[in-house]
Amino acid sequence: MTISRRNFLKVAGAAGGVLLAGGQKPAQAAVPDADPKGLEFYGMLIDTTKCIGCRSCEEACNEKNKLAKPDVSFSSETVFEKKRDTTPEAFTVVNKFPNPKDPEKPIFVRKQCMHCNQPACATACLVKALEKTPEGPVKYNKDRCMGCRYCMVSCPFDAPKYEYNSNMPYLKKCVFCFDKVKNGEQPACVEACPEGASFFGKRRELLEIARQRIYQNPDKYHPYIYGEHEAGGTSMLFLSSVPVEKLDLRMNVGNTSYPEKTTGFLYAVPHIFILWPTFLFGLSYLTHSKDKENGHGEE
Amino acid sequence: MEKNNTVAFPQAKSLTGADTVKGFFRFVLRELKPKGKILTPFNVISALIILGGLILIVIRFAYGLGSITNLSQDYPWGIWIGFDVVTGVAFAGGAYTLCFVVHILNFKKYEPILRATVLNGFLAYCFYAGALLLDLGRPWNVINPIIGNAFGYSSVLFLVAWHFLLYTFCQFVEIFPAVTEWLYWPKVRKYAKLCTTGAVIFGITLSTLHQSGLGALFMMASNKIHPLWYSGNIPILFFVSSVFAGLSMVIAESTISHRVFQDQISPSHHASFDDILLGMAKGALGALFAYFFLKVIDFVHGGHWALLNTPMGYWYLVEIIGGIVIPIVLFTIAILKNNVRLVQVTAIITALGVILNRLNISVIAFKWYSVNRYYPSWAEVWVTAAVICMEIWAFRWIVSRMPIMREHPAFPDEENAPHKETEVVQWKVSAS
Ligand code: SF4
Ligand code: SF4
Repeated sequence: MTISRRNFLKVAGAAGGVLLAGGQKPAQAAVPDADPKGLEFYGMLIDTTKCIGCRSCEEACNEKNKLAKPDVSFSSETVFEKKRDTTPEAFTVVNKFPNPKDPEKPIFVRKQCMHCNQPACATACLVKALEKTPEGPVKYNKDRCMGCRYCMVSCPFDAPKYEYNSNMPYLKKCVFCFDKVKNGEQPACVEACPEGASFFGKRRELLEIARQRIYQNPDKYHPYIYGEHEAGGTSMLFLSSVPVEKLDLRMNVGNTSYPEKTTGFLYAVPHIFILWPTFLFGLSYLTHSKDKENGHGEE
Repeated sequence: MEKNNTVAFPQAKSLTGADTVKGFFRFVLRELKPKGKILTPFNVISALIILGGLILIVIRFAYGLGSITNLSQDYPWGIWIGFDVVTGVAFAGGAYTLCFVVHILNFKKYEPILRATVLNGFLAYCFYAGALLLDLGRPWNVINPIIGNAFGYSSVLFLVAWHFLLYTFCQFVEIFPAVTEWLYWPKVRKYAKLCTTGAVIFGITLSTLHQSGLGALFMMASNKIHPLWYSGNIPILFFVSSVFAGLSMVIAESTISHRVFQDQISPSHHASFDDILLGMAKGALGALFAYFFLKVIDFVHGGHWALLNTPMGYWYLVEIIGGIVIPIVLFTIAILKNNVRLVQVTAIITALGVILNRLNISVIAFKWYSVNRYYPSWAEVWVTAAVICMEIWAFRWIVSRMPIMREHPAFPDEENAPHKETEVVQWKVSAS
């Protein structure tokens, strides 16, 4: 079974390669007719059992996005003393967690934007500064952004960060190296990862790989793929040896997609726009016509 | 009365000058000058607050939001959104509620306070929109969603922003007849009056949607708001609470402006004032009841009993009992006993309850689990106070010039028969 799956993966991978090599644009345009789901999303499989906490991904991200150099160098281990969050100057951070199974080997977990399948942030943005691309990355058009920070309010993972100390502020978050991914390359952090702990590919294939790893090493892996269903599914998928709630991966985000939470309200809008005025006109007619009758009576 | 009004509107007699462009500008320039005493305590204090606020705003634009606010990556929205906008808009709900009652239901009784209320709503929206611009990182890009540089249709904020804009315009149309009277443009006034009904109906529709839309904004923050406050019914709750928030604000506000602008108010309006306040108290009571039941249903459906016995639970009870149950009881007593004073006091309690509710959802119960809690900085509070002072100044400027509280002698309200007490008089006038 695993073998056939592997073969299948190979075929799928080859097909993906062909798609990437031979003009993506026409494929992109043609796909919706052939396949209602559109292009397949890319994703990243983050296997925390392989991560050694070298922070190469952080450094690569810093260079790729031309972010300010941090005070503490990327080779320093002191940063692990405190749990860190992403900042406008660090789109991905690695945190260290104790390993209950093997105290000698702490667990390292990356943190960055999850690139949700149906992102709350992109739905929230009223100028489409944040946009879900057909390839999967949620990219940022900085020239459109008006800095309302509604995306930050909406994102269940608190991924977008904001430049509060600038008079020309932008929103800052991982954009999955969209320019590279579009050209068929891997994101900078994946390229930099010496252990293959961050692994790039089609989301569907990554899920297959993740399941396979769990299946083949039941002792090593906790049987849960974080990101498969969270918030309706994310492009970032996490594997770990321990239950994920121990790793600061949020468990309270639920499994429904966030945009769905507002669709009920938004769908009601056109109805109200038709029903209310009709009702009001009618009511106003009734109350005022009585008025006129009375007036006539008096005259 | 008559005499008074001619003094207040000298242009009513001598104002053919405003017909020419030059005359118009001369008139407006003359009206820009302050009237009355300048060095009153209120003026001095509010001027200082506004001045300080302006300085803070300059600092904010020069060095970014972080320079004067306590906003953080954990709390992207502070009191500039939570209080100025989310709470302020709820209070401005009085305008559409009253428009509904007067224009649609045809309750003439409330007509004397309609203009002031709509003016208040209009100014509130103008100033909140201004306050909103302060909060935006790149305010000049605010035109993007308006000119259609990538419409984010799917965004609730997009809906709210557009409704804000359109509704402000509707309110302007509703108040515009007063402007034409002030400028003595009888012809324009006639056409302006024709647009009112349309503007009212469109306005009420827009209000329903953006009052609830403000609540819907927080629906995607479902995992960040404390379960006692988060509910799928937030849009409906926001809408219903905007009715009593608006009405209690109208009660409080008209009580104050009745004192301040006493000389402008006709004796008949004065006589009916108590009656008006009691009527609005009844409206507010009804909305409070509806809201209370919605809250109870939400609470029971959520099954949050265990959460009540936590610090956040006690806080929740403060809001529910202090902001809903007590006002319900007090309004009931006040109405049964015809006690206007109590209506006024209860209106203030209700308004405080609404402030508490809105701040809870947007700031206090938002990320209640966070280690780095948000507290507004003194500068944020100061700027908010400055915005309110500016609004009061604008309100006062307009009321002492335009026929908001009083009637313009040249334009007695001919097509709308006034409220009961003066009906006979009006009838006689038209008969003679
Ligand atoms: S994690 Fe947040 S910022 Fe990233 S795509 Fe999802 S909603 Fe958007
Ligand atoms: S801050 Fe920018 S990206 Fe975020 S919702 Fe507002 S406009 Fe969109």
